[in-house]
Amino acid sequence: MAKKTPKLASAKEAGVHAVDFVDERTSISGTLRWVMFRPIPKGTNWFYTLGTATMVAFINQVITGIVLGMYYEPSTTRAYESMKYINNEVFLGEFVHGMHRWGSSVMVILIFLHMARTFFFGAYKYPRELNWVIGVALLVLTLLMSVTGYLLPFDQRAYWASVVAMNIAGNAPLIGPFTPDIALGGPDVTTLTLSRFYIIHMMLIPGAIIALIGAHLYLVVKLGTTAPPWVRADKVSADLKEHEG
Amino acid sequence: MNQREKEEYLREYAVLKSAGKPFFPYIIVKDGVMMIVVIGVIMLMSIMLGGELTAKADATTTTYAPRPEWYYFWAFELLRVIKPPYLVSLATVGIPTIAILLLILLPFYDRNPERHPLRRPVATTAGIFIMGAMFFLSYLGAEAGAPSQVEIGPPPAIAEAGGATMLKWDAGRKLVAQSSCGGCHKIGENGNDGPGPPLTEIGDRLKEGAIRETLINPTRPMPSFAQLGADNIDKMAFFLASLKSGGEGKGTTGGGAEGTGEESEGGSTPGQSPGG
Repeated sequence: MAKKTPKLASAKEAGVHAVDFVDERTSISGTLRWVMFRPIPKGTNWFYTLGTATMVAFINQVITGIVLGMYYEPSTTRAYESMKYINNEVFLGEFVHGMHRWGSSVMVILIFLHMARTFFFGAYKYPRELNWVIGVALLVLTLLMSVTGYLLPFDQRAYWASVVAMNIAGNAPLIGPFTPDIALGGPDVTTLTLSRFYIIHMMLIPGAIIALIGAHLYLVVKLGTTAPPWVRADKVSADLKEHEG
Repeated sequence: MNQREKEEYLREYAVLKSAGKPFFPYIIVKDGVMMIVVIGVIMLMSIMLGGELTAKADATTTTYAPRPEWYYFWAFELLRVIKPPYLVSLATVGIPTIAILLLILLPFYDRNPERHPLRRPVATTAGIFIMGAMFFLSYLGAEAGAPSQVEIGPPPAIAEAGGATMLKWDAGRKLVAQSSCGGCHKIGENGNDGPGPPLTEIGDRLKEGAIRETLINPTRPMPSFAQLGADNIDKMAFFLASLKSGGEGKGTTGGGAEGTGEESEGGSTPGQSPGG
């Protein structure tokens, strides 16, 4: 074979060399094997895909958000116009905008379902307590994403909902009086508010979310996914169909 | 969970794990199917619901009734049903903060080693109750008419009179809606039930003149609406005096909204200043 296609063989060899080079310095093949070939307990069903589903919804938000960010201008005079431009002029603009807008709802639903599954299956108990805490932090960050993202199109709904949200935040004990100054950059919703919400929505929270998802997944792989609580080790036998749905 | 229970769980888990299958390629297939479903649903929603925009933000309108995202409806409703002012910050900030703290700390106060939902009756009941309460409050929040709308129809006499009478009545209705009366008074399906008395049948109790007097010189803490001008006060009093038991028509259809709905591009009524 090497005689027939010497070019192919040498290309293959170069590829193997490159992979070896990286692997020798990172041991990534071991990590991949650890992640991909980890055993999943018997009885795992469709409820266990909700975490992946939530992550996919988040990835959708990241990708569509990047596309929207390429056209969006965070200023009171241009924000609404740039959104109109995305909707009316950009190829598939409204489709991407819609995917971002409704993707956030889907993500929130999936988070709640994922949490409900974890709660009712008792999967937050030893040794996975820390992963539950990380998950709640991810829920809070996601809700903050929706608050900051709601203002960005700068239409009537965005503006007035944000004014109400700020009034509510301003009611909080202790930190209340300072929130408008910190979040809005002054007493009113202005360009400063938009750029502030934009950077929080684009960098600060997504960065934190990505880091926490990393930690969440690390713990999932490290500790293993739970089996449904009704699957017992002493009953694991032929009557239990593998991975039944 | 004590040490013995921990070890017992780990032993049990090790057995289940050894009886399982590797993530790749057995489990990843399911995750892959789920990924396609999620992206498919999001695309479908985008195609069907679009990325609509309402009118451009306008800080000078007073008639736009903002609605939160649907997953905040339950908090919105909580805010609506909790009346005393000193409890408002509890509803808006206190309850969500407590809820988040309870969620974060869940694994630390729930020490029951049992995992099966049927063998954890307290946790399971609490979970179902909280989910039910959130669904119920969300439903109420979604159904609630906005306090800055008055969706009451004209009484038959006024509807029959038509013309200037009907216009005056409708102008009064819009003014009442815009002046945030609904913030403290219930008017038909709209407005908050308190701290002020409901106005749905106020015409039974007060004559037009008395209502006008109240709008100008109210009992505290209601603000005076004198700055709206005698003409506008007249219209409001005329509208409010028409609200009698059994007198009103069915809620108006369509046109009932006061420049609030998302489709109405906000701040439509000219020449009317908002109430204090």
